[in-house]
Amino acid sequence: MKLFAELIRTLDSTNKTTLKVEALTRYFEAAPDKDKVWAIAILSHRRPPRPVNTTLLREWATELADIPLWLFEESYHIVGDLAETIALIIPASDASSDKSLSQFLQEIIELKKLTEIEKKEYLHKNWLELNYYERFVFSKLITGSFRIGVSQKLMTRALAKATSIDEDILAYKLMGNWEPSKISYTQLILEENEEDYLSKPYPFYLAYALENEASDLGDVSEWSAEHKWDGIRSQVIIRNNELFVWSRGEELVTDKYPEFQVFVNAVPNGTVMDGEILPFPNGEIGTFNDLQTRIGRKSVSKALLEKVPVILKVYDLLEWNGKDIREKPYEERREFLKKLVQEIDTSETPLYLSESLAFNSWEEVAEERQRARDERSEGLMLKKLDSPYLVGRKKGDWWKWKVAPLTIDAVLTYAMRGHGRRSNLFTDYTFGLWNSEKNELVTFAKAYSGLTDAEFRKVDAWIKKNTLERFGPVRSVTPHHVFEIAFEGIAESKRHKSGVATRFPRILRWRQDKKIEDANSLEELKALIP
Amino acid sequence: MSAPLLVFNDKGIYCEKAKVYLDPWKPVDNAIISHGHADHSRWGHKKYITHHSNVPIIKHRLGDIVVTGKKWNETFIINGVKFSLHPAGHIIGSSQIRVEYKGEVWVFTGDYKMEDDGVAVPYESVKCHSFITECTFGLPAFKWLPQDQVMTDVNNWWQQNREDGRTSVLFGYSLGKAQRLLKYLDPSIGKIYTHGAIENMTEVLRPQLSMPETIRITRDTKKEELKGSIVLAPPSAQGTPWIRKMVPFVTASASGWMTFRGARRRRAIDKGFVLSDHCDWQGLLQAIEGTGCEKVICTHGYTEIFSRFLREKGYDARTEETQYEGEIGELEAKSEMEKDVEPVAKIPSSL
Repeated sequence: MKLFAELIRTLDSTNKTTLKVEALTRYFEAAPDKDKVWAIAILSHRRPPRPVNTTLLREWATELADIPLWLFEESYHIVGDLAETIALIIPASDASSDKSLSQFLQEIIELKKLTEIEKKEYLHKNWLELNYYERFVFSKLITGSFRIGVSQKLMTRALAKATSIDEDILAYKLMGNWEPSKISYTQLILEENEEDYLSKPYPFYLAYALENEASDLGDVSEWSAEHKWDGIRSQVIIRNNELFVWSRGEELVTDKYPEFQVFVNAVPNGTVMDGEILPFPNGEIGTFNDLQTRIGRKSVSKALLEKVPVILKVYDLLEWNGKDIREKPYEERREFLKKLVQEIDTSETPLYLSESLAFNSWEEVAEERQRARDERSEGLMLKKLDSPYLVGRKKGDWWKWKVAPLTIDAVLTYAMRGHGRRSNLFTDYTFGLWNSEKNELVTFAKAYSGLTDAEFRKVDAWIKKNTLERFGPVRSVTPHHVFEIAFEGIAESKRHKSGVATRFPRILRWRQDKKIEDANSLEELKALIP
Repeated sequence: MSAPLLVFNDKGIYCEKAKVYLDPWKPVDNAIISHGHADHSRWGHKKYITHHSNVPIIKHRLGDIVVTGKKWNETFIINGVKFSLHPAGHIIGSSQIRVEYKGEVWVFTGDYKMEDDGVAVPYESVKCHSFITECTFGLPAFKWLPQDQVMTDVNNWWQQNREDGRTSVLFGYSLGKAQRLLKYLDPSIGKIYTHGAIENMTEVLRPQLSMPETIRITRDTKKEELKGSIVLAPPSAQGTPWIRKMVPFVTASASGWMTFRGARRRRAIDKGFVLSDHCDWQGLLQAIEGTGCEKVICTHGYTEIFSRFLREKGYDARTEETQYEGEIGELEAKSEMEKDVEPVAKIPSSL
């Protein structure tokens, strides 16, 4: 644990990527193998199940700090991180533990089985026996998500340096389902083992947004365009008569989409497809809002399956006949894919091809992009015909060219403190639009991003001076500031007070030139519903 | 019931009996000033009263003003009201202001800390009935380590950076924090350079405090000579062209706010040292207990939370709006970082 806590402390002491990679590399060179596996797991967001719920954690930490619970809560809102709050309020200790990281994790896993009294005793003992950084790390391991400014990519790069194994190969090895408590470092990183690869997806190739004019990409005949579907990016694997569905977040979601089980009979073994899961109510592509009813549910009811069935719209083929074909040109991979889908009966097997469109000029491509909303897509994907399937987000061969977002001017009505690097700053805002009488602001969206740090600081200061009421962490503010809110899509919704759900709302601009009377109305927003 | 001895109005903390303001934020005739930071000593008052050691500071900052210096514990009577200044331990020349009328005693802390930092005259507990206190760090999450320990970390950090061939840039407010850091930097590690704003203020304070030698960074300073040195700079210098001369450099900030990991990351500073000229949570509670007061008025900082906690402990505690007040954490990173304080409409320091 000392070594790992020291790593976190070092990572915390720099904002420079090279120094972070150096620190991680040093860790991977020095740590015992068992700890390395856990460090990799934690930094790739594989944590043990939470052994204690956060309500109890708060209560027990509060007891140890000898303060009232409300004061802990207030502190938490300001600090913005539960583990950090716990580490800060518990009396200081100079002690330090010799237990290893893997020992701690083993104990945390065991902890789940213990009684509440035993859990409390365990936590109190460790909180008091660890120094600040160890206590912070320990509490982080218990509360879950370990976001400390180190991406999986950065970690993989360091691991590559420490092991001299190619970074892309490591990225592949680290994907999928492996359990840190059951796998050894040798098995995970060093060994080649074919069987392990049965369920393994390939790292996704991700595109950047187009930066310049599309025509700057050169000859239009060297490019393919297709609609950019607004669903869940996923990789579907059929190997050894088994189906595996992976989301882009590297989550195995096979069970959530039982309609894909039929792929096992329709698609040959040794096939890996890249595509988009889309809602398909009434035989046509639905909105992301429809899909939302399916996400987050592990078991899907029959009624829901009928109401919102899903399809897979595929656009790439990564493995064919059991062979990794990512190095082959896009054009060639598409040929295989086309043949594969042609033989599918879509009334039985919900597998569709995302059409690749060819154009004679960039003007034609631009026109197609304008049609995106009619197609229920977010815009276009431009892919170079001779491009291989790369690993991660890379520039050059693939670009996303989204349609301009819809926008509306809304009034800031509520604010909440942010988390992480925005802790103690009011950065999470709620926006309202005028009702038809123009005498009341109806909440329509929340947005957390889009302002610069300097703007956030200004708005934060203004909020603190213009608070009307406090509701725990939330404050209502004097309606005064108008912001232009951009969003990708819009649909009717019964779940929202406004009757409208917007997709990915964010702040486009702070309209300091506008008064609240100039903000838009809910009716004007509803007029945008297709 | 007669009016309270001190009231809060739109100009500052006012003693009507004496016709005197304490740390007013708008121009007034008579002002008693707790210390030299910009939000407590403003420009434009007709007469200033402050501690002797603060006189050169506010003269440097505010220019040609009419100012009378007082000694610690020296009683001076204005219109029948007894006033005296007592060390606050915040920065050089910082005082608490004691006000007494017909046996009723009020103390206004200005800004203060409990730890003896070897720079400011240490905080002196003054018995009173009503205690007007800041609570910038009035949350149990704030807990300072002993200065020795922090300064050892700072010197080790500098040493390590020097070994790595990097220049250390350490941010601290020009008045107070900069001199406190300077006093404990280890000149055997390397040379200590200063930003002009810090050098100017340090020159003003050298007669009062022995500090290691410093070199002012000027246009003629060569990039090569800076390598491996430490540079003391005001937080406002972060991200300016001025700092490019230090490449390759590592940055750090010394402030109570560095307690929060988020605060450091937000400002893109490499290293945070938790070092404050204010009280931490326990410090505030100890100070209040030490005064034996019944009434507590919280001015700037986490006032609502802190006063609620005090009420639960049985104090008659409340919050007053001041212009050095509010939970305005980050109106501008600059002024906040410069002073460890959460200011509202702070007049930028002319340093």
